[in-house]
Amino acid sequence: MIPELGYAATVAALALALFGCIAAAVGASTERHALVVSSERAAIGVWLLVTACMLLLVYAFLTFDFSVRYVASNTNRGTPFYYRITALWGSLEGSIILWTWMLSLYTLIVVGQYRRRQPKFYPWVLAVMLAVAGFFLLVMTIPAPPFDRLTPVPADGRGLNPLLEDSGMITHPVALYLGFTGFTVPFAFAMAALIIGRTGDEWITITRRWTIVAWYFLSLGLLIGGWWSYHVLGWGGYWAWDPVENAAFMPWLTATAFLHSVMIQERRRMLKLWNLTLIILTFSLTLFGTFLTRSGIIGSVHAFTQGSIGIFFLVFLALVMLGAFSLLAWRIERLRAQSELDSIFSRESAFLLNNLFLVAAAFTVFFGTVFPLLSEAVNGQKVSVGAPFFNLVNIPIFLALIFLMGVGPLIAWRRASAENLRRNFLMPVVIGVVGAALCRAFGVGNLLVLLCMGLVVFVAATIALDFWRAARARRRAGDGWLEATWGLALRQNRRYGGFVVHLGILVIALGVTGSQAWSTQTEATINRGATVELAGYTIRFDDLQPVEESNHFKVVGTFSVSDRRGPYTVLTPAKKFYPQEQTPIAAVDYRLGFVEDLYLVLGDFARDGSHATVKVQINRMVSWLWIGGLILTLGAALAIAPEGRRTAARPRRDHAVMA
Amino acid sequence: MNRRVKFIAGGLIIVAALGYLVYAGVSQSMVYFVTPSELQAAPVSGKAYRLGGMVERGSLKWEPKTLSLAFTLTDGKTAVPVRHRGAPPDLFAEGRGAVVEGTWSGEGFFKASLILAKHSEEYKAPHDSNQAGYKELLKTLRKEEANK
Repeated sequence: MIPELGYAATVAALALALFGCIAAAVGASTERHALVVSSERAAIGVWLLVTACMLLLVYAFLTFDFSVRYVASNTNRGTPFYYRITALWGSLEGSIILWTWMLSLYTLIVVGQYRRRQPKFYPWVLAVMLAVAGFFLLVMTIPAPPFDRLTPVPADGRGLNPLLEDSGMITHPVALYLGFTGFTVPFAFAMAALIIGRTGDEWITITRRWTIVAWYFLSLGLLIGGWWSYHVLGWGGYWAWDPVENAAFMPWLTATAFLHSVMIQERRRMLKLWNLTLIILTFSLTLFGTFLTRSGIIGSVHAFTQGSIGIFFLVFLALVMLGAFSLLAWRIERLRAQSELDSIFSRESAFLLNNLFLVAAAFTVFFGTVFPLLSEAVNGQKVSVGAPFFNLVNIPIFLALIFLMGVGPLIAWRRASAENLRRNFLMPVVIGVVGAALCRAFGVGNLLVLLCMGLVVFVAATIALDFWRAARARRRAGDGWLEATWGLALRQNRRYGGFVVHLGILVIALGVTGSQAWSTQTEATINRGATVELAGYTIRFDDLQPVEESNHFKVVGTFSVSDRRGPYTVLTPAKKFYPQEQTPIAAVDYRLGFVEDLYLVLGDFARDGSHATVKVQINRMVSWLWIGGLILTLGAALAIAPEGRRTAARPRRDHAVMA
Repeated sequence: MNRRVKFIAGGLIIVAALGYLVYAGVSQSMVYFVTPSELQAAPVSGKAYRLGGMVERGSLKWEPKTLSLAFTLTDGKTAVPVRHRGAPPDLFAEGRGAVVEGTWSGEGFFKASLILAKHSEEYKAPHDSNQAGYKELLKTLRKEEANK
């Protein structure tokens, strides 16, 4: 029953989306308002139908309806309750439903927000968003049908991939898809701006916040993906430059570039063409990422389902890029800059450089990812470049970007005078050099690490200096301490939200540097009762126990750890044996710390429990990545919050009284 | 005009530097993907390879005490002996595909620095023979427990 209902809902939603798209476009170009109104209703209908699809599938999961192929391949009777719900996006077909649902939700919000405020833009925005939703519904209908019927109905399902039975896998795809689908909104506004010929800053002001929302969710998705990789996969790393990771990283880079170059357009009426290009690229890269990972053209550690879906994405990607760039070419004479660069020492040029480096980083990631394809096409050799390539090329680019992160927000617009440069940068440069020297004095020998530390301290100092000056000015104007700091951040939330995001990135940069430079590991086979030592920790192998769980059984090792001061902790890494998997899966155990994590993987063991092989890692400063992610979240929230200048123009008296 | 020329020249220099960076990166970290037959046909010692094949049944030897792992990768025609230091990773077993990264030692075996295990989003059909293996494992561990 569920397969038929689900399929009917999918087809109905597809028809509605196509109708709505055409109705909105015709209504907008012939100014027939009734058509636009019916297109709005179609958008609501699409959302309702996709919601119904999702609920049907969840219901099928909860009731173990194995007549649905997707349910049978992603769950079994032993799968715990909450993983039966998240199994919804455990694999391709369900992920597409989630994706389409988020897209239809974004469409509804756009209708609600802009139907009155932007009567010119929004019919076209609606048309574009419904067209994209239509594509995903087409994918749900033909190449990746989630409601495929399975006959005969099996007694039990195959079960969820054990690696996905994890909190990280519950949240990672949700955040990632919210990011990916979120970029449809600015893309739709960009297309609408080109179609109606209002290519000024209007659409940019409207979509800036939407881009931050999408950017934020994508950042979160990347970070949670790193956390999942770190605590589930058992290799002790959080980023491997795998094609799947790169696919999500490329749109992040171009979106970051856009968020910065937007400011130049708002301020100086420059870079209109460039901003439109960045938005088109970002949206295209989200499609390209899906194509790359789902078509199987690039070998990845993540072996995804393959099928005709790659062709669908490739054709749609080609159509999107062709359409978007044709529109761009058609409107090119309206996109000329209204002012030009005055000096190399200016905020404009700092932002331009930032854009150049971000796009270069995106290009190198793209190049490295598709390199095997290029090489095979050119000379028939199967060649790939791995992590060393990406690290070598991206380290200098990211160091330059960190430097610009300090320069950009403080340097003057148009032309910075020597006085401006001295006033804003002399102190931070000195503090940065002192910071690097201190690191050197404490024994940091690596030049790259020193450079990174110095740059991070420099940028942090510019932010602190700026905030301190602004707060001091508010104090002199008579504000209380709380009002002069917290109130200031709220009132200029865009600026200070950006600064907090920068601080988060700095903390992440330190985490990456520290973990790459100072982590250490060893592997050893130890007898029961014997110990292995690493970096001041002594790890004793105490015991090996079998444990039965609802859908698997595991062999758990018990290791007591002591550090220089005495007993520290007990770690219990395990090997899990799932009936549906042919080989066991390691379950890591770890003790996270601010400075270092102790990370223990059970490799192999004797069946009588007499000895076990373990991999011990001391991963330094990895926690800084997660802390940086939290700071980034705060900053993004602050930057998205309603514009302070308008809503809270009057300082609130109660704050001042409290202070 | 003069200013514009300066900006363009500056931009070109940066782009050229980035281009060189990419070129240097590629030439330093290029890894050739080969099958056992291709490797045996013309092995170059010291060159970085990614060798892909199937772990030959009966070839896996694992010495926990010395952490030495040895197995043979085959493509059905040619077999290449591989040596690695470290426990066999998850998803690695005889009769399954594996990709190893490393160099040709020049002494008749491939020295693997990394064994790439494929983790899959899809699920394999339950494997009855392995199921039996796990049951037996559970039993021996239980027995050990009872004897204590």
